[in-house]
Amino acid sequence: MTITLNHFSAATVFALFASIVFGITHRESTREMVRYGLYCFAMFLGGALVAGWAMWVLRR
Amino acid sequence: MANSTTEKAKVEQAQPVSVMSVAAPAVGWLIPGAGHMIQKRWVRGGLLFVSIVTLFLLGLAMQGRIYKANGGDILDMLGFIGDLGAGALYIVTLAMDWGQGAISFATADYGTKFMIVAGLLNFIAVADAYHIAIGKKQ
Repeated sequence: MTITLNHFSAATVFALFASIVFGITHRESTREMVRYGLYCFAMFLGGALVAGWAMWVLRR
Repeated sequence: MANSTTEKAKVEQAQPVSVMSVAAPAVGWLIPGAGHMIQKRWVRGGLLFVSIVTLFLLGLAMQGRIYKANGGDILDMLGFIGDLGAGALYIVTLAMDWGQGAISFATADYGTKFMIVAGLLNFIAVADAYHIAIGKKQ
């Protein structure tokens, strides 16, 4: 079985699972884990979007 | 100041080695999330298991390449260390001769990175299981 993901979906999948692990391992309480996981997810995806647009600007 | 630091270091060194402090990281390395599960952190362990195993299997399905033990290029050695973190997933992949995808297209390279990251995330999960075992974390 072969799965083909585009750049954005690969980045989203990566961000989702990495954020779950970061949230669980880097915080103490459940509430903090959820908040930190969401923060990491937003930073991963936001960083990818910002980097993508920055490259688009540089390419022009 | 220096004395308090020394005292703190002595207290940290004095923590007894329990069976759990050895078993949790070992089991956690072999099966992602199991180090948490044997300490009755079922939800955390389950989430870690699903996250790390899914990331690794997605990497395989994307035709990612698995690194073997090598003494060559530094990046290959780092890739091997990352892959090794996945524990049983890595061992089974090697035994079944999977993960031989040629990196000829972008998603295969993503797959290779997914597998390395899955291993590295498992190293973090192992450290967390150890911290729970020694009482440093709830």
